[in-house]
Amino acid sequence: MGISVKNISKSFKKVKAVENISFEVAEGELFGLIGPDGAGKTTLFRILTTLLIADEGQATVADYDVVKDYKSIRKSVGYMPGKFSLYQDLTIEENLTFFATIFGTTIEENYDLIKDIYVQIEPFKDRRAGKLSGGMKQKLALCCALIHKPKVLFLDEPTTGVDPVSRKEFWEMLKRLKEKGITILVSTPYMDEAALCDRIALIQDGKILEIETPQNIVANYSHKIYNVASHDIYNLLLDLKSYPTMHSVYAFGEFVHYTDKETNFIPADLVKYLLEKNHSDVEVHLTNATIEDVFMELASSNKSN
Amino acid sequence: MEREKIIEVKDLTKSFGDFTAVKSITFDVYKGEIFGFLGANGAGKTTAMKMLIGISTPTSGSATVGGFNVFTQADLVKRNIGYMSQKFSMYDDLTIKENITFFGGIYGLSRKQIKEKIKQVLVELDLEQVANNLVGSLPLGWKQKLAFSVALLHEPKIVFLDEPTGGVDPITRRQFWELIYAEANKGTTIFVTTHYMDEAEYCNRVSIMVDGTIEALDTPKNLKEQFNVDSMNAVFLKLARNIE
Amino acid sequence: MKRFIGFVRKEFYHIFRDRRSMFILFGMPIAQIMLFGFAITNEINNVNIAILDKSKDAETKVIIGKISASKHFNIENDILNESQIESVFKKGKVKAVLVFEKDFARNLATQKSGTVQVISDATDPNTANTITNYTQAILQLYQKELNKDVQTPYQIQVQSQMYYNPEMKSVFNFVPGVMTVILMLVSAMMTSISITREKELGTMEILLVSPLKPIVVILGKVFPYIFLSLINAVVIVVLSIFIFNMPVEGSLFLLGLESILFIITSLTLGVLISTISETQQTALMISLMGLMLPVIILSGFIFPLSSMPLPLQVISNIIPAKWFIIIVKGIMLKGVGLSMLWKETLIMVGMALFFTIISIKKYKIRLE
Repeated sequence: MGISVKNISKSFKKVKAVENISFEVAEGELFGLIGPDGAGKTTLFRILTTLLIADEGQATVADYDVVKDYKSIRKSVGYMPGKFSLYQDLTIEENLTFFATIFGTTIEENYDLIKDIYVQIEPFKDRRAGKLSGGMKQKLALCCALIHKPKVLFLDEPTTGVDPVSRKEFWEMLKRLKEKGITILVSTPYMDEAALCDRIALIQDGKILEIETPQNIVANYSHKIYNVASHDIYNLLLDLKSYPTMHSVYAFGEFVHYTDKETNFIPADLVKYLLEKNHSDVEVHLTNATIEDVFMELASSNKSN
Repeated sequence: MEREKIIEVKDLTKSFGDFTAVKSITFDVYKGEIFGFLGANGAGKTTAMKMLIGISTPTSGSATVGGFNVFTQADLVKRNIGYMSQKFSMYDDLTIKENITFFGGIYGLSRKQIKEKIKQVLVELDLEQVANNLVGSLPLGWKQKLAFSVALLHEPKIVFLDEPTGGVDPITRRQFWELIYAEANKGTTIFVTTHYMDEAEYCNRVSIMVDGTIEALDTPKNLKEQFNVDSMNAVFLKLARNIE
Repeated sequence: MKRFIGFVRKEFYHIFRDRRSMFILFGMPIAQIMLFGFAITNEINNVNIAILDKSKDAETKVIIGKISASKHFNIENDILNESQIESVFKKGKVKAVLVFEKDFARNLATQKSGTVQVISDATDPNTANTITNYTQAILQLYQKELNKDVQTPYQIQVQSQMYYNPEMKSVFNFVPGVMTVILMLVSAMMTSISITREKELGTMEILLVSPLKPIVVILGKVFPYIFLSLINAVVIVVLSIFIFNMPVEGSLFLLGLESILFIITSLTLGVLISTISETQQTALMISLMGLMLPVIILSGFIFPLSSMPLPLQVISNIIPAKWFIIIVKGIMLKGVGLSMLWKETLIMVGMALFFTIISIKKYKIRLE
């Protein structure tokens, strides 16, 4: 088993950061924790990387207990914290050498594992980490987390604040690492990245909303979603919200995602209603749910409970 | 109809030593428009924005914001814009009311105006119950919405938003955009940066910066047609990849 | 061992690449010593003094002649009795008064001993001290002349008395003080900041989630500064010898060892500070308020401990700087060896061990 989490809870003062969370990650699986800031992702990471002790529950990483066997875990996991945490005044090469040394290994020994990533930043190996672009910093941080050939890799929001190009590259790297048999737990606030994981846990306010494969999560969505468009998005949002049988209305790029309470909803009625409200270029057609739709659905029903 | 230009930028350049972060960019922003300012990390977005809000002096070129020259009238620029960044928004150790009062005071609102504004903001954001709570205790999404309202306290003609929705949950993110829409509807110009490409679609026009220059500037619809793709994400990837 | 070396190498990179810490490390000690060097000059010329000669004999005449012949002194006026001393000082015209005892020559002849009193205005303590030293030198020279071909030597007793600042500190007392303050500052502040910086940057998180043992992290942080602080100590000693003409009566080697001991004590204090502070700012505040002030105030560096209320005197015993100042003064000024200083040395060893154990115990292996 890669990671096993059973009924973990953790509070800071009065705030429940993580509440009764359980899930399992198989060896070699790429598992995503998907949720906004403040959902409890970082706390969970810190518990699993032995940095914090949970108030309740048990957890194992690579079959080691996170409290009792913390020393063994520290030898066998790679961790990339949410904040860029390398030495800014050291060069790429010095950072990597340092981390190799403290894990009792050398760059050469595990070069195979990091080669794909390292060759991209190697031309700048004498540049100080503080002077690297966001994407390059992130690649360096990944190299440093991998240098001791960890069994399990923890990546806490590796793509936050990173531009879409670098994000895409990063996920391609993760896929290749997964093929090498490394168990990866990754968190992200970007819902579109969820689709790239084997399985995901949607998490909000310290609770898990759902654990599934991205495909099933979308397939299990119970409502029909319509793309609605008109010339004026702002008034479209307002008017859709006041449509009597409205279930949810969310802006989604150039369209608005609309779901209705009624099973026998007729799109033509909605078009008519919008035209009466002086909308032009009205469009209403069925579309597929995305993970973000599911998340919002679960989050809003969870809140109203 | 000739639209009123509220931001005019011509050949704006900023160099740090021998590194040119912003290379002679030229664009206009019209009154009441939501203008998306996109770019990869290190493309020069933040540097350009800092010049427009009057906290960084350009190396060369010209720019006026709300009719004021960013070279010579930086103080007037600052007084007439609203600014909200992801990093610093409000004081965590002050309550919501205290924050509003403080920022209202900075922009020279009278005591009476501040009182009215507090009431208005609390009602609009549905924060009446927690008005005396510390801002630090609020969820991120609420904080960001509140910060947006605070940036609007002095009713500026232009608001600059620097990645206002980073890390915010999807529902709150949309609520935030509804606030933006509502404000634009009142005629306020919105200048916004974001890493969420779906948010780029919400903008009236979008500019994409790559390597210090503006590589594309148009409506999301036209950009997608121009690059023959179906999402802004794809436009962005195509542009940034081509250059590299 | 490899890990330790790797860690130390990284620390040196940090130090050498940060201009601020380089400045604190090397610029400040030199600046401080130079400042003291120029502010406290021990060279005096043409200082006005007054003479109260109660004896008025041949001997005193010769001595007064010698004094007035020296370029250092300028005899302003003669006064007739003790009651005038105060008033000439108050006028500020003279810096010192030489008082020859009654029957000076006779005493010298019969008892082989005569007494000269040097009363100085110690509002300017350094000048006062220098005047006393110079007078002493002149009298000693004269004494040597007298004793050239006699069997029982004559002795001229010099009694010095300070007005206005009786507990005056001598210039030489400042060097051990400055040295202590600088070593403490560099050692404690720099280590505590360098550890908290890792906490702030988040790199501590990665170090924790690695097989590095706490002791390696602590020693790795401390080691570079032992080395650098020692260089500092050497710079201070060398500068004080050349600028202050500071004597080093005792063993330089012992001074070096004791300095290392004090540096280690300060470093472990720095580590301790870092375990209780989360940010560099807090570490800096605690180092300044919690260490610097007590060192300056309660170590006997500036204010004499003996004139403090008892509770403060008791508290001063737990300040490592107090013991180090005693040791440095002992070695440099008195030339005493370990046989006289073993007690102070043991106290410092004890403190270093105590702080080390506490820091390792307090070092958090987790985030909270």
